[in-house]
Amino acid sequence: MKLKTTLLGKTYGFGSVKEVLAKANEPKSGDELAGVAAASVQERVAAKVVLANMAVGDLRNNPVVPYEDDEVTRVIQDDVDEEVYREIANWTIAELREYILSEDVGTQEIRTLGRGLTSEVIAGATKLMSNLDLILGAKKAVVTAHCNTTVGAEGTFATRLQPNHPTDDPDGVKAALMEGLAYGVGDAVIGLNPVDDSLASVARLLHMFADFTEQWKIPTQNCVLAHVTTQMEAIKQGAPSDLIFQSIAGSQKGNEAFGITGAMLAEAQALVLEMGTSEGPNVMYFETGQGSELSSDAHCGADQLTMEARCYGFAKRFSPFLVNTVVGFIGPEYLYDSKQVTRAGLEDHFMGKLTGISMGCDACYTNHMKADQNDIENLSVLLVAAGCNYVMGIPHGDDIMLMYQCTGYHEAESLRQLFGKTAIPEFEQWMKDMGLIDGQRKLTERFGDASIFLERSGK
Amino acid sequence: MSLEQVPDVTAVSTKDEFHVPNAHNEPGYRAMKQYTVARIGVWRAGPRYNTWSQLHFRADHATAQDAVFTDVPDGYAEENGFMPGQSQCANKEVYLTRPDLGRKLDEESKARFDATLTKSAPVTVVVGDGLSTSALVNIPKILPALKLGLAGYGIELGPIPFVKYCRVGIMDDLGPLIDANVVCLLVGERPGLATGESMSAYMAYRPNRERPESWRTVVSNIHAGGTPPVEAGAHVASLLKRMLDEQLSGVELSL
Repeated sequence: MKLKTTLLGKTYGFGSVKEVLAKANEPKSGDELAGVAAASVQERVAAKVVLANMAVGDLRNNPVVPYEDDEVTRVIQDDVDEEVYREIANWTIAELREYILSEDVGTQEIRTLGRGLTSEVIAGATKLMSNLDLILGAKKAVVTAHCNTTVGAEGTFATRLQPNHPTDDPDGVKAALMEGLAYGVGDAVIGLNPVDDSLASVARLLHMFADFTEQWKIPTQNCVLAHVTTQMEAIKQGAPSDLIFQSIAGSQKGNEAFGITGAMLAEAQALVLEMGTSEGPNVMYFETGQGSELSSDAHCGADQLTMEARCYGFAKRFSPFLVNTVVGFIGPEYLYDSKQVTRAGLEDHFMGKLTGISMGCDACYTNHMKADQNDIENLSVLLVAAGCNYVMGIPHGDDIMLMYQCTGYHEAESLRQLFGKTAIPEFEQWMKDMGLIDGQRKLTERFGDASIFLERSGK
Repeated sequence: MSLEQVPDVTAVSTKDEFHVPNAHNEPGYRAMKQYTVARIGVWRAGPRYNTWSQLHFRADHATAQDAVFTDVPDGYAEENGFMPGQSQCANKEVYLTRPDLGRKLDEESKARFDATLTKSAPVTVVVGDGLSTSALVNIPKILPALKLGLAGYGIELGPIPFVKYCRVGIMDDLGPLIDANVVCLLVGERPGLATGESMSAYMAYRPNRERPESWRTVVSNIHAGGTPPVEAGAHVASLLKRMLDEQLSGVELSL
């Protein structure tokens, strides 16, 4: 393994695979904060050159956190398809990148390839990709998953309806729910971030969602994104949940900060398969985001992209229905501006798809970032071009509980029209049955009118 | 064009802003909007946003952005009778990307504070810009109320330091420097959409770097539309007095 190169007359040496990975990363404020970023643009390129020349096996054999110390590493390594891996172990990362982009390689080949890659290998290939490479590569990696309906099929584009409320007031949540449905949002999941993590409140909201979707015969899945243990308890007590949600990290230490272990997630998965209200087999929902490990001092000296890749390798073990990066939520000390957020969104989506999980993205920003709604609209267009399974939908892009902004209800249909996509087929049919769109897929006067869910009244 | 003004797009609250023509049930729709400040009933232009709701959103985001990205004007500390100081962040960009540096005083400020602030005072109040320069608008209201409250307990405040590019952790740097007993930091919060002026009061008994975050007590959402600053000042004073008496703060202090 060569850890040194000369570039433009200057020699650059690196101490480890971990250092090469970190320095080969595109600029991220979080890597600078962690002190692992390249010191100059030239050093960054030198690291990319060294990385391009490394073998797949070099990256597999040098995980950024040792196997003995870390559950996430063990899950990733143990789940590698050794037969696939043996075929490619001697490829360079440059060759891996070119294989992914080559014309002869389609969905089938990429899905097979993904089974033989560890997260460090996927992160390595990602660091050699330009933004358009990431879009093209991800587009080939079609990943579907089935809970009550199927997300990710070609020609479809789905959204999570996120009807958050600062006090979880069921009437306020329901108002935002009705508005979203009237905009054709919510085919991936109706998923609330609760303020109150208590069992009673979580169960009450799950019942409200289930009653509403049953009354209006809405083909989707529901979830209240409390801590995994709270959701499990609610399900045990008979609350109707289709999915179990949890935030996950790319290291065991990061998962400990979230209060979870692999065993806990496996137990949750078994529970919802047995007692949940969905068909399955994909019943888990995970959220991630570059920088979350550093924020809990659990990055183990690695860069944030590599840690993010490891989240997906860990997630794959539990055959999730949905995984989304919440790119831009964590703030400017991790992703400084719209350029970094856009890059990270495309990287995360590509890495998730190459890992073989049903990948979405919460394209978002906080008010202390150099980003605005235009940037997030740009990213959402790039993501749909890349074949992203779903994005978020919130009222006018303004989350009144989490105090950040992301893609709004109006983006769902705008993006479907732009790319000639439909909602998930059963949901698309429901939109027609409700008279939101007509036979030619034109929006009707009812589209965007949440009061269609209320009794008709005079003025 | 006339001399009349174009109406303020932010004048109507999101709860009352309603644009849906020929709604299936307009009274019901308007009633359901009262349960949430989420931007619903906003209607559309094709699949896109209606112009007015879009401009309202932009105005609200402008409030937040200006709160974060505007620097405190030079001379702010002196004009308000505060002792001027700065964290180790040289500018706003460093401040936003290096929270670790925002938690430490620069050498010049350290020397000045060491020389001028009251040592071993029962209560030291610190003012900081934090993530919202606009939040400093609360200072002329909260500070007199706080002083009055403390005076009621027989506690007098010494000189008040101001820290530019300030993170909450600055308390842990300042506290040991001046052997402070209770430190109270009045600092701008990360703005929400349309709420740029929100301030927090962070309090700790004998703060230092070894203390966990849970050692801090916080009163947040201090602004005209939240907890009014005058009211907050009196409340904060009573909490500071209790910390002093019980020699505790944060989760250890039963509220």
